[in-house]
Amino acid sequence: MTAVEMEKRNGEIETRPDDGDMPVDLARRPPGGLAGRLLRFSVPVIMLFILVVFWQIYVTVNEVPHYILPSPGRVAQAFVEDWPILLGALWVTLKITFTALAIALVGGVALAILMAQSKWIELALYPYAVILQVTPIVAIAPLILIYAPTTQSAILICAWIVAFFPILSNTTQGLRSTDHNLLNLYELYGASRWQTLYYLQLPSALPYFLAGLKIAGGLALIAAVVAEFAAGTAGAGSGLAFRLLESQYRLNIPRLFAALVLLSLTGVVIFACTSMVSHLLLRKWHESAIRREN
Amino acid sequence: MNNAAIATAPGPQGSPHAPLVSLRGVSKTFSNGTVALKDMSLDIGEREFVSLLGPSGCGKSTALRIIAGLGDTTSGTIAWPGAGGDPFGKHQREIGFVFQEPTLMPWATVFGNVWLPLRLKGVSKAAARGDVMEALAMVGLEKFADSYPRELSGGMKMRVSIARALITRPKLLLMDEPFAALDEITRFKLNNDLLHLWETFGWTVIFVTHSVFESVYLSSRIVVMAARPGRVFDELSIDAPYPREEEFRTSATYNDYCRKTSDALHAAMEGSGHQ
Repeated sequence: MTAVEMEKRNGEIETRPDDGDMPVDLARRPPGGLAGRLLRFSVPVIMLFILVVFWQIYVTVNEVPHYILPSPGRVAQAFVEDWPILLGALWVTLKITFTALAIALVGGVALAILMAQSKWIELALYPYAVILQVTPIVAIAPLILIYAPTTQSAILICAWIVAFFPILSNTTQGLRSTDHNLLNLYELYGASRWQTLYYLQLPSALPYFLAGLKIAGGLALIAAVVAEFAAGTAGAGSGLAFRLLESQYRLNIPRLFAALVLLSLTGVVIFACTSMVSHLLLRKWHESAIRREN
Repeated sequence: MNNAAIATAPGPQGSPHAPLVSLRGVSKTFSNGTVALKDMSLDIGEREFVSLLGPSGCGKSTALRIIAGLGDTTSGTIAWPGAGGDPFGKHQREIGFVFQEPTLMPWATVFGNVWLPLRLKGVSKAAARGDVMEALAMVGLEKFADSYPRELSGGMKMRVSIARALITRPKLLLMDEPFAALDEITRFKLNNDLLHLWETFGWTVIFVTHSVFESVYLSSRIVVMAARPGRVFDELSIDAPYPREEEFRTSATYNDYCRKTSDALHAAMEGSGHQ
């Protein structure tokens, strides 16, 4: 290779054909750099501030009683005063959510791998996984509550059923979407089944699996809450949803709001965590994690 | 027309050695009933550069895959006279395959992609480093070992794919329309580089293409195939001496061969039209 040729080839990188300019998209993208990051952070915060101020003004001006709509101040107060109760409830809900998610993750991936290995296993199991998924969890929950040894384990089973399916179905789809030419290549080089799985099929399925994980993370929390609702008073002393119900019965609306905010925050944190895991694993190679530059 | 007779007759320019691989009466019918290949017989000698040329649907890619051991034949035999005994186990090692698409793993670096064939044989990264860098140097990409495929242009990706095929030091390089998706400038350049490597290392190449000009430029022998059912229609030997450089592309000899090959291809297409 001459230096000139090398130079040319280096040039090829810069002059790669761009994939169609989209001026609309370009305009919608927030500006990059430090200013951009600051803007992306400050805009939602200012928005939140404005909303809270309006809420406070509305409650004060209309003299809304606190058992109908508490002021933001009262909600904050409930947050502080009821913190030990809320924290205990949050801990229970988090434990169930993450245990369910962990079991769903291991089980979903393991079953997807099994089904990718054998058509028979897939035929035998997949329809039942679908049936389990399409039946609303609130409808199954009463039965599970009867059969499970404790209320907590029933709630865990419900959360697991809901979180399990997106991981199973996405990972299965990902394993099936492996490039056929690459599969041929592996066959050509005499790769074992294990090598093909480990070096080729699992990395191919990774973006699909991570998309499933993002959905499952949110769903596990939702299902844990739904199951607690289904358990009703049987779930005495349990998670955030129980505290929500309890506050409603006692018309302790400030605490209800505080529990609700905590629940939303938990959901947001779970989503942020799964998104971050996804970004860290895909940032080097997958189109979804790379900034488009035209 | 007795195609089989034409195909089995050893070409005058054929290698003096025993053929590296020989197909006898190979047929392939897909599960949907399509006859992809019918009664194909072909000898490939050592150090030959053979192009399989034909319209789409003539079974040239199928033939290549069968030679590679991907998929079974419906009837007929493939023999590796030089190997002795079990053809596959041994020959898997000695075949390099380049697909029409670069077929790289997007999650692995250029290094990781080229390392793959050795990795599957249990060679560690450290032990493979020398070979990988050598293969990358052959295609002029040693500076891009740590890049990811998405950072490379189409031509560079194809070079990585070729480097990966070369890393096992194959005796036989199978190429399935490897440059069809590239622009002409890049294609010409890769044609020249490929010829260079072929002359230097003395492998055998079977090259599938639908381009008359590309096949004449590269090959020592062109096998013209016809479609419906896929079969060998004609054979031409291109006797122009190697090394062939850019001047060859504009020479009268090149033009003559192109015309002859083009005529054969047209005859093949008309022939299948009447059947």
